[in-house]
Amino acid sequence: MFKTVAISAVTALALSTGGAFAAGEGGHTKDVDFSFEGPFGSFDQFQLQRGLQVYTEICSSCHGLQYVPLRTLSDPGGPQFSDAEVRAYAENYEVFDEELDDFRAATPVDHFPGSNLENAPDLSLMAKARAGFHGPAGTGINQLVKGMGGPEYIYSLLTGYTGETKEEAGTTLYENEAHPGTWIAMAPPLYGEDVEYADGHENDLSAIAKDVSAFLMWTAEPKMMDRKQAGLTGVIFLTLLSVLLYLTNKRIWKPIKKKYES
Amino acid sequence: MAGIPHDHYEPKTGGEKWLNRRLPIVGLLYDTIMIPTPKNLNWMWIWGIVLTFCLALQIITGIVLVMHYTPHVDYAFSSIEHIMRNVNGGHMIRYLHMNGASLFFFAVYLHIFRGLYYGSYKAPREITWIVGMLIYLMMMGTAFMGYVLPWGQMSFWGATVITGLFGAIPLIGEPIQTWLLGGPAVDNATLNRFFSLHYLLPFVIAALVAVHIWAFHTTGNNNPTGVEVRRTSKAEAEKDTVPFWPYFVIKDLFALAVILAVFFAIVGFMPNYLGHPDNYIEANALATPAHIVPEWYFLPFYAILRAFTSEVWIVQFASFITGGIIDAKFFGVLAMFGAIAVMALAPWLDTSMVRSGRYRPMFKWWFWLLAVDFVVLMWLGARPAEEPYATYSLIASAYWFAYFLVILPLLGVIEKPLPQPETIEADFEAHKAASGGTTTVASPAE
Amino acid sequence: MSHAEDHEGTRRDFIYYATGGAGAVAVGAAVWPLIDQMNPSADVQALSSIRVDVSGVDQGSQLTVKWLGKPVFIRRRTEAEIEAARDVDVSSLPDPVARNENLDGTADATDQNRALDDTGEWLVQIGVCTHLGCVPLSNAGDYVLDSGVGGWFCPCHGSHYDTAGRIRKGPAPENLPVPVAEFVDETTVKLG
Repeated sequence: MFKTVAISAVTALALSTGGAFAAGEGGHTKDVDFSFEGPFGSFDQFQLQRGLQVYTEICSSCHGLQYVPLRTLSDPGGPQFSDAEVRAYAENYEVFDEELDDFRAATPVDHFPGSNLENAPDLSLMAKARAGFHGPAGTGINQLVKGMGGPEYIYSLLTGYTGETKEEAGTTLYENEAHPGTWIAMAPPLYGEDVEYADGHENDLSAIAKDVSAFLMWTAEPKMMDRKQAGLTGVIFLTLLSVLLYLTNKRIWKPIKKKYES
Repeated sequence: MAGIPHDHYEPKTGGEKWLNRRLPIVGLLYDTIMIPTPKNLNWMWIWGIVLTFCLALQIITGIVLVMHYTPHVDYAFSSIEHIMRNVNGGHMIRYLHMNGASLFFFAVYLHIFRGLYYGSYKAPREITWIVGMLIYLMMMGTAFMGYVLPWGQMSFWGATVITGLFGAIPLIGEPIQTWLLGGPAVDNATLNRFFSLHYLLPFVIAALVAVHIWAFHTTGNNNPTGVEVRRTSKAEAEKDTVPFWPYFVIKDLFALAVILAVFFAIVGFMPNYLGHPDNYIEANALATPAHIVPEWYFLPFYAILRAFTSEVWIVQFASFITGGIIDAKFFGVLAMFGAIAVMALAPWLDTSMVRSGRYRPMFKWWFWLLAVDFVVLMWLGARPAEEPYATYSLIASAYWFAYFLVILPLLGVIEKPLPQPETIEADFEAHKAASGGTTTVASPAE
Repeated sequence: MSHAEDHEGTRRDFIYYATGGAGAVAVGAAVWPLIDQMNPSADVQALSSIRVDVSGVDQGSQLTVKWLGKPVFIRRRTEAEIEAARDVDVSSLPDPVARNENLDGTADATDQNRALDDTGEWLVQIGVCTHLGCVPLSNAGDYVLDSGVGGWFCPCHGSHYDTAGRIRKGPAPENLPVPVAEFVDETTVKLG
């Protein structure tokens, strides 16, 4: 994780509002080094493809991705499937067509379907809707160094089951170290080797959880690469402009100041 | 315009004279841009330009975002996602607007505190100060309503809590709240009117900014010494001042470029740093987030709002003498608005004959304590409402009021100020000497 | 002016120009995204090309789909329609140009130049009358075959199109336009 010291210092000064505080006993997020962290980080195309496989085979049975258009699976910077692959993938889903007043196979212009279960939240923005490195109330300084921790939170949740369960009001709750309330209604979705990757990539629990967390970061922020590119261009150009304006300013003021030189 | 004597625009060609007789706009622009400005202004005088830039940035990016946004509870959240995913460059424009609000408040707080330190609010600049406070209030309203538009969880619950403040007003509170919301709770009617006002208020702010500039161009800028520009003749005035263009325009643009470089780093690399993750969850009237926290720029006043609980003796006292009309909730609301009101009254509360804090040895300490107090309040506003934060909040809030209501009036009487320089020119010269004269001017290339 | 000051003057000018130039670039870079955001967004662009399943279209019938906000007629013609269309002297037509976006603008309006495939069975055209933009009715007008199929008629101002969608009678100036289209497999037509 790399953030420039200058940014940290200025923002820390500007907004010394932070400091993480633990909510309940849970909420323990493990740090993961993702390829997309830092100003120069980018998504790992193959990791996103594997993550999509995990999502498709496991998560999608309950959860949805209603804000994500299927066509974006072929966008540069993302999983970058070919158009034909995306078309074939889209046909796995049925969507309701208002004009036909009937269900039909999805096409790339459609979005992923929403959640199947009422209490399974949509996952499109999950990696931005959770911040692993600070309590929801604070704008913690921690995230300056480690990022928002959204995908880390998802990773920690998926790998944070202790195996303990309890019954509460007729529902089974599962103990999870990452969940802020410690107990979560979602049964452990991954155990390791749940999916078989075509490229033979390792598929233990940690690897699968990382892949799907990275994929969900992409669904939440598909334009991350464009954004960092624009930010970097802006910073470099404005720095150059600052230098020029500094020199111009010195020149302009020189005769004014010179008057007082005895 | 009255004020510092300086050269005015002289129409030369026939066309210029023709226009000037009918609409002296060139003269107005000339006088505005060439206004004599104290030559000793330091780096704390750059925030005005930064703020003007922020207003322009927010209006321009805002107009663009409106082209893609849908102000309806069913579509607002997904239209934001449409902007983030589909619109060309939409994600960048949205992040600029979102973080632009933070830059705006960051700059306005430094601008206000600069005014407080150098006594810029004192006669004859009271109107500038009051208009500035109005602008600040408008900014808060605009930012608050803008935050509701994405229709995330924080939007919804922030709107619910803040409009609830009006419900705290005795007797008429509830009808006012219902009238504000257009219904019993935050809903589509609320979203639509907030959208309308969020679009309108920036233009009101722009008009007030014009008045703000007009006012201080009439009185002349304050400066770090607080000593007025000599204005008996143009020659005298020119010893103390330089024209705004190009001297301060270029200086301010340099500062702006540096600030924007940092701003772009934030927008590019951590645009959600200042936001709340909960706002990426669509609004749900049936589930409140675990912690509702306003945006960082509201935190100091939010801390003051929460500080006055029913256990505090002054709240109990107020409740007793008003027969229960002022309860803890209403007291908190009064305290929050009061915190801004006492700041607006600073021109009349400060009794010192010396304008600039630079020559006020005791004032300096109290001022810096106020600045620290502000940051502490900001930190406390993000803490949960529990001990020890509640006690800290009370102490910090009490200092805020004490500074304006007790310390400022008393200091003017008991403080013995330091000698001030005779003229701005003398101060400028002294500072040049202190900083090594022109040697610092030379660029490394020479 | 001393020599030293002259020398300094040129360098000063250079810095001024460089700063001004960089400032102009900054303004330009800021303006472009504000203009570009009004161009069609990614979801709109994605609709500029659609795939239509034509497996359910029988001979002598027509599928109407909406594409780029306009109706597109995808007609599977009978032998008789094709024959009638090919039996026409192109030079006698009011509009002798094919109006087929898959061909260049000078191709003449033979039926072969209008149909999608070599057999002439498939005819794809934008269903907007070239007169004032009404949607023509199919199997209507003066060019309906005896069997009751073929041809289009615009009810607004009475333009008659033949079985190849060419204007034959009435105020419309041009043949019905043929959009960019192709078969991507046996049963799928891609528009755009």
